Amino acid sequence: MVKFILVRILQAIPTLFVIATLTFFMTRLAPGGPFDSEKNIPDEIKEKLEAHFGLDKPLHEQFILYIGNLLQGDLGPSFKYMGWEVSELIAKAFPVSAQLGMLSLFTALLIGLPAGIIAALRKNSAYDYFLMISAMFGICLPTFVLGPLLILIFSSWLGWLHPLGWYTFSDMILPSLTLGLFYGAYIARLTRAGMLETLNQDYIRTARAKGASPLRVVLRHALKGGLLPVVTFLGPAFAGLISGSFIIESIFFIPGLGRFFVTAAFNRDYTMVLGTVLFYACLIIILNLVVDIIQASLDPKSREK
Amino acid sequence: MSIESAKAQNLISESPEGSSLWRDAWIRLRANRLATFSLFFFIFISILTIIGPEIISISYESQDLDNTFTPPGSSHLFGTDNLGRDLFARVLHGGRISLAVGFLATAVSLVIGVAYGMTSGYLGGKPDALMMRIVDILYSLPFTIFVILLMVLFGRNFVLLFIAIGAVEWLTMARITRGQTLGLKQAEFIEAARALGYSHSRILFRHILPNLIGPVIVYATLTVPAVMLLEAVLSFLGLGVQAPMSSWGSLIKEGSEKMDIAPWLIFFPGLFFSLTLLALNFLGDGLRDALDPKSAKD
Repeated sequence: MVKFILVRILQAIPTLFVIATLTFFMTRLAPGGPFDSEKNIPDEIKEKLEAHFGLDKPLHEQFILYIGNLLQGDLGPSFKYMGWEVSELIAKAFPVSAQLGMLSLFTALLIGLPAGIIAALRKNSAYDYFLMISAMFGICLPTFVLGPLLILIFSSWLGWLHPLGWYTFSDMILPSLTLGLFYGAYIARLTRAGMLETLNQDYIRTARAKGASPLRVVLRHALKGGLLPVVTFLGPAFAGLISGSFIIESIFFIPGLGRFFVTAAFNRDYTMVLGTVLFYACLIIILNLVVDIIQASLDPKSREK
Repeated sequence: MSIESAKAQNLISESPEGSSLWRDAWIRLRANRLATFSLFFFIFISILTIIGPEIISISYESQDLDNTFTPPGSSHLFGTDNLGRDLFARVLHGGRISLAVGFLATAVSLVIGVAYGMTSGYLGGKPDALMMRIVDILYSLPFTIFVILLMVLFGRNFVLLFIAIGAVEWLTMARITRGQTLGLKQAEFIEAARALGYSHSRILFRHILPNLIGPVIVYATLTVPAVMLLEAVLSFLGLGVQAPMSSWGSLIKEGSEKMDIAPWLIFFPGLFFSLTLLALNFLGDGLRDALDPKSAKD
């Protein structure tokens, strides 16, 4: 197990290097620069600014300098938010995004698991059809349609919740629900498929034969194998929650990292863009690793490999 | 549903002449009512968006400034927006763009994915391991972030949009193709082709490729809605097509900004978009069951 984790961490290093290189040259080769949009800046000041941030040096020197700093854990200063380090900005914005992601995932599991289990246990019944068709609707109703609709209903018409912001717990309900419903629908489908496969296994019949109660059969025996596809899906789901948060954060005006990233890209805030992309990449790599470890602990077959 | 599939099975076994894979698949698909309905719905939407804008008298960009924010009614079927543009015309025109992006980007991902997967599976051994390792690594990248970055940095270029989205979506296609190719490579008819001394390219294109079509069609049907969703996300973030041109995504964005005054502006584009995605997903599921009965659920 330790070896497995070590290998994965070692493999992550070239991946991160490729990402850093790609992003670095992509941002630099794109038209425009961080100090172009500000009007009324005299040329001398712009030159001074660029010199201050090392933008006047040849590209390859800038790249070596950046990678050098990166190896020491330094993401550099933001070009747009003067006086702020990129790492400080990430530390400020990420907890908000993480909170949104966690709440959404929790919502998704809360909706998806029971729906999938009920549908599997009552296969081909009216419950099953109703739940699975609703799940398909949930998958096909994009967050950027659902979000505004929820705002329209719950804040404009009913006046129960605030349409924007991220201050009280009630502000978190609509965003988490919007993002969570989609993944909940997906999880419901996966749970149903996984449970159906497991319920046909011999060991389930054995458990039933020795007189275990139906509830015990499901919770103690079937769920462990039946949830494997769901666990496998959690890896891509985390990545999706992260990119999904761009949309949610812009619908509900939440000050999370997703909005910072999009703004930074528009502003050509090179260091901020690079820092955010690398941060996201690390996060996804770590989360995928965690998912793989959970998967191995659930499935003895994949552990032996 | 199970009775119908049993009927379909009977139909197949009763047919006197040998029936082809495609006829069998068609019969099985017809037995699945949801998928058949989705297929006709999708054809209907396609015709509506392709021919519709040419037939209706109102252009998607003409402004009727005396009738801004008109609710849906007889003069404007879906109502109008803040500039008095007819929403029905805009929804039809937007659908054209959304579907075009969906199909073209899927085609890009199809070509890359099938070529890559087929090569990897056919070569086997070390090259295969290396090529699949690359796919694994790419899988773990935050691709949506890269697509967003690309669109922000290099402007809203339509061609770039196809390439960017296609380049993201080819990975799963490559995996599926590779898996199929690995299996086919062992088949006796491929061995026979090799024994006859056919070249690698002939074996690949004449013998392996035709047998890949089933799974590839199924996955492509499921890729189209995924691509349309990604395009809509980009449009929603303001990175897709620009007004007065519109896609369903950009219409939804506009609608969400004005929904307090005119809820129909988000309702109709959202409805068309969601129903089309739904139909494509049902159709994809139906096709998978029809073309590959073994994988059919329950």
